[in-house]
Amino acid sequence: MNAQPSIADERTCVLAVPGMHCAGCMSKVERGLMDHDGVLAARVNLSSRMVTVTHDESVDEDDLTRFIADVGFEAQPRRNQAQKPYSAVKPLLAPLAVAAFAAMNVMLLSVSVWSGAEGSTRELFHWISALIALPAIGFAGRPFFKSAWGALRRGTTNMDVPISLGVIIAAALSLYETWVGGAHAWFDGALMLLTFLLAGRVLDAMMRDKARSGVEALVSQAARGAQVVGSDGALSYIPSEDLQPGMVMRVATGERLAADGEIISGRSAFDQSLLTGESEPVPLGTGEEALAGTLNLEAPVEVRVSSAGRDTTLAEIARLMEASTQDRSRYVRIADRAARLYAPAVHSLALLTVVGWLVAGASLYEALVIGVAVLIITCPCALGLAVPVAQVVASGALMRAGIMVKDGSAFERLASVDRALLDKTGTLTLGRPVPDAQALAMLSPEEAGIALALASHSRHPLSRAMEKALLTRGVAPATLADVAERAGDGVFATFKGRAVALKRPESGGTTAVLLKTGEGPDRLIPIADALRPDAREAIAALEGQGIECSILSGDGEKAVAGVAEQADLPAQANARPADKQALVAQLRASGRKVLMVGDGLNDGPALAAADASIAPGSASDVGLQAADFVFVQDSLSALPRTVRAARKTLQVVKQNFALAIIYNIFAVPLAIAGLVTPLIAAVAMSASSLLVVANSLRLARAAKYGAAK
Amino acid sequence: MNGVLFLLPIALFLGALGLAAFFWALRNNQFDDPEGAAARILIDDEEKDEDA
Repeated sequence: MNAQPSIADERTCVLAVPGMHCAGCMSKVERGLMDHDGVLAARVNLSSRMVTVTHDESVDEDDLTRFIADVGFEAQPRRNQAQKPYSAVKPLLAPLAVAAFAAMNVMLLSVSVWSGAEGSTRELFHWISALIALPAIGFAGRPFFKSAWGALRRGTTNMDVPISLGVIIAAALSLYETWVGGAHAWFDGALMLLTFLLAGRVLDAMMRDKARSGVEALVSQAARGAQVVGSDGALSYIPSEDLQPGMVMRVATGERLAADGEIISGRSAFDQSLLTGESEPVPLGTGEEALAGTLNLEAPVEVRVSSAGRDTTLAEIARLMEASTQDRSRYVRIADRAARLYAPAVHSLALLTVVGWLVAGASLYEALVIGVAVLIITCPCALGLAVPVAQVVASGALMRAGIMVKDGSAFERLASVDRALLDKTGTLTLGRPVPDAQALAMLSPEEAGIALALASHSRHPLSRAMEKALLTRGVAPATLADVAERAGDGVFATFKGRAVALKRPESGGTTAVLLKTGEGPDRLIPIADALRPDAREAIAALEGQGIECSILSGDGEKAVAGVAEQADLPAQANARPADKQALVAQLRASGRKVLMVGDGLNDGPALAAADASIAPGSASDVGLQAADFVFVQDSLSALPRTVRAARKTLQVVKQNFALAIIYNIFAVPLAIAGLVTPLIAAVAMSASSLLVVANSLRLARAAKYGAAK
Repeated sequence: MNGVLFLLPIALFLGALGLAAFFWALRNNQFDDPEGAAARILIDDEEKDEDA
């Protein structure tokens, strides 16, 4: 909106279209856009669910959003147009390509040496190998060297320390062997190791990129701001970060407030669920305080900004979250825990070998060569693949089941969970109003048609819910005349000369709409937030997995009690964001491993503080970003399924570690005895890596068979 | 030995050529949308793609 490049008449615009998932969607969106004059080019990026549109000044972002809506997709302009999406894979691809190229060519030469090349031929081949391998190792090894150096400087160690040490020492020894015309060079082993490990890293990065772009597409990218009434009465759009206290915002129906403020004219009901979890709209009038992030439901109001930007209640929640996130980052991944034991063990073993051979009377050179062989053979090739490959395969399986994994270490954290806290609105329930199916079924086709036609003329959440429910029932809209929407009252029109209306019922109480057709009785259609399908089964499955569940909601006692009874769970109501976070902290302090399932902004701090967290795809931006897993389906069966996949993943990771250790038990004595040649090392390393990969592939079906058993 | 003197540079050259091609593709954003590239082949639009 504000960051358009000002090239004469050609502009580009990036829109997020989360609904695209196949070739058909792609061509529909691209053609839907290209069919309009003013659109010069449209290119979909299916991986990131974005479309880049080149257009002239006759169309703007709103038009583009509408064009895409016409072909049946929801679209939102990206907030930071200029910012390129970050990719963790790209910086690793070049090192992988170089390592693979060098490994293949050096292996070619090594095979000739192994099959008996002698004398000057062998020397020539070693020199050529060195020429290829040394620069390649320098380039492709950088990701490992950098991370290892970082760990060493902090006085800790990680998997990259033994890897870097092994590779560097192998290269140095091989160069020396080449120089003196020795029989064995280890260039192929070092390069193969780098190739395998980089492949593991690339897979890991791919998984995270995919999940992140999936979540990014869900996160609403629309620029947030407000229409501000100037001193001369003119309206101008001001982004939320530029709002100042004292400005007057005009907030239309269906719009979210961009800042806290006092209502100076009009009265309306506000949906504060984003902040408090309270689903019932709160009526507010002149002189009362409205909070940033709340949704104006009924009538346009004018609000004088009292605090904006960093001072709003919204920003306070963001600060709570930051604190929680730091707390969790102290978690040590299983791979790094293994490395803490592994690295010192391997290095002292190598040292002991050298000392042992010296004592036994070998020359210093011989002893060193054998010590290096120990380092190379124990280089954690399989160990480096053990965790990433298992996680990649498992998250791929979950992705296909509609569950996005944002962080690999989340598997480890989720696997040990024994206590689950579930938010109510939007988590146990669908979080959107759904008209009562029975009441809809009682409508005659004509009544349903009138209701649909009326509902389609309003953007009120209840109308939208009616429209959606009726459309899925295959109702055809009736033709109406004189349609008028009266804010806060309903939609009115005439149908075949009769006055018809879809309006709020006269008596308060439950949420409902009243359909008047001017003929026959008025129809009252209750609209309520329904429990997710399979919620009870999913909770039973979670309990079956040894996870104690309870509801933790910001909603009032009464609303929570109803759902608690339906779901058959103990519940705590009236929990503010800080209370939720405190309860999570309290449970963790008492030794429980806590899983937080929530969607709202008010759940954000608790999601970040819990050992693991899951959010539905309909969650607020904050919820999506704070959660480890995001599931994009209505069914709650995603919860036990994710837990089950996480436990299986951890099991396979442990098996992989066991395989790597067994490999070492066989290989290390050979190395210590001085029997390992480069050929044996190459075979042993690739065999153990392949074994680990094969074992991990069993996880491909981890998410297949639904809940529990 | 004579054969090796020819074959070795040829093998290395071909390998390097592949590597260079990969780097070219990487620089030209060919790896930005692997999913889209896989799906695009299924779109059949013979009538108009000459402008793309």
